[in-house]
Amino acid sequence: MAMMNFEYKYRIRGGTLIGGDLFDFWFGPFYVGFFGVTTMFFTLIGTALIVYAAAIGPTWNLWQINIPPPDLKYGLGFAPMRSGGLWQWITFCALGAFVSWDLRMIEIARKLGMGLHTPIAFACAIAAYFSLEVIRPVLLGAWGNGFPYGIISHLDWVSNVGYQHLDFHYNPAHMIAVTFFFTTTFLLSMHGGVILSALNPGGDEPVKPSGYEDSFFRDLIVYSVGPLGIHRLGWFCAMNAGLWSAVCIVISGPFWTHGWPQWWGWWLNLPIWG
Amino acid sequence: MFDYRTQFGTQYQNIFNRIQVRGPSDPGAPLKGDLEANRVGKPFHSYLLGLIGAAQVGPFYLGTCGILSIVCGFIAFEIIGLNMLASVNWNVWQFIRLLPWLGLEPPAPAYGLSLTVPLAHGGWWLMAGAFLTASIIFWWFRVYLRARDLGLGTHVAWAFAAAIWLYLVCGFIRPLLLGDWGEGVPFGIFPHLDWTASLSIRDGNLYYDPFHMLSIVFLYGSTLLFAMHGGTILATSRYWGERELELVTDRGTAAERGAIFWRWTMGFNATFESIHRWAWWFAVLCPLTGGIGILLSGTVVDNWYLWGVKHGLAPVYPAVYPYIADPATHLKSILK
Repeated sequence: MAMMNFEYKYRIRGGTLIGGDLFDFWFGPFYVGFFGVTTMFFTLIGTALIVYAAAIGPTWNLWQINIPPPDLKYGLGFAPMRSGGLWQWITFCALGAFVSWDLRMIEIARKLGMGLHTPIAFACAIAAYFSLEVIRPVLLGAWGNGFPYGIISHLDWVSNVGYQHLDFHYNPAHMIAVTFFFTTTFLLSMHGGVILSALNPGGDEPVKPSGYEDSFFRDLIVYSVGPLGIHRLGWFCAMNAGLWSAVCIVISGPFWTHGWPQWWGWWLNLPIWG
Repeated sequence: MFDYRTQFGTQYQNIFNRIQVRGPSDPGAPLKGDLEANRVGKPFHSYLLGLIGAAQVGPFYLGTCGILSIVCGFIAFEIIGLNMLASVNWNVWQFIRLLPWLGLEPPAPAYGLSLTVPLAHGGWWLMAGAFLTASIIFWWFRVYLRARDLGLGTHVAWAFAAAIWLYLVCGFIRPLLLGDWGEGVPFGIFPHLDWTASLSIRDGNLYYDPFHMLSIVFLYGSTLLFAMHGGTILATSRYWGERELELVTDRGTAAERGAIFWRWTMGFNATFESIHRWAWWFAVLCPLTGGIGILLSGTVVDNWYLWGVKHGLAPVYPAVYPYIADPATHLKSILK
């Protein structure tokens, strides 16, 4: 169960970034490694803190559990545990776990002689989280500007911060981020669809080889980016979705304090219009 | 000495095509029946496109549905563009300047579901919508029929249908249920964003709409999946990982490494075929659930926040602002 029938020959030593052979082993299907240990360390502490924070809160309603950041009055200092300190340590543990997980992915990629594309992509997601919970609060001068941990409460935060800028849809970086999210999903549907359609043609049709993907999209839209290119494109768009999300929130407050609709004034006031 | 190329395997990253081979152009896969004549245009190669993907552009397939779709789409595009141009008094310079703000708005609510709205009061919007919808439907048939002609399944067409569902809900089905075209989406960059914002506000904040939640989950999930899948294929491309169709039917070391990478990372892996099922479902469910969420807004559920409070989703927030009368009722008393 733990190992697939072809897996044995791949389970070899080496590829670690740190710790040599010390943690170079597997636990069931999981590779451990030094960063597996640190991932578990941060995850267990962070999860315990989340459960503790929920326990001292007013509700066990899964939707309404809320672990808010400290009040703005604490600035960038340490807050008492029950007044946001838990949020601070949960954030610290989350970042520790995310970064450990990413470094562990690098070790696994090295072990398998693979490129580092997935850990690089995950680094973009970590960067977006880091921007929301660390960079922007630091730029604004208080941890209280981070988003709270909770299903409804984090949605309320997004809604409130959006309306503080009147209409967040007018944020140009938000526009770019949303466009990348939609484009990635659109590309994914086309890529997933064409592969499934070649493998599952229905009836007595034989399964189709490579080349049919290109024919299908050339016929439909003049151009097919190709079996390798589509993965470059999807990977690129997916990372950009995360990166532009980070940009759009970091500039909201630290670099633009008015409503986003007003930001477009520079365009209307260009000297070229006469 | 520390050699970063060995340490980080930079030669494996495969971001650009370093060699572009120019052979004869690929004329396209054989079709079932004798439809080759329908492919038009002489293929050419682009060096820039070849840096990230295939260099070949064309040939192209037109077909009856394609021509009809392009004609209808062109008419819709012209109606929208000329209306915007008319709205700035045919001043091209101002058209460019104000383009993001310009829009073609649906009829006022008073017109209900009338199909004989004066052109300047939303009639153009109805006509543009009709042509755009026709264009999209023709395009759907084109996608479906081409897949059949090539002997492929129709998965792309059905994924496209999910997107059409969301489009029809926003611009046609929901206005129909609410009894006036005025609920429809205006054409234009900022106008359609304003429509989105005001729909959310009027219906008590769409963030509390569980189908909106699901739609966002599938949107982010799709992006996550493509980052994972695209990354895995690129990372195994020196083992020919991009030859997915061949690797599904005859598993090679690229598929094995791709699978094992995720198994070692998170204890679970898809196969080279099943990852595309995950992909297709996530991408399809995004507009499918989104469409349900919009369809219920204002028709079945008036206020998503109050709905959320009623069902234990959202807490009751303290009133921090004084009570403000609904401006609409205020307006009515003035008009009396």
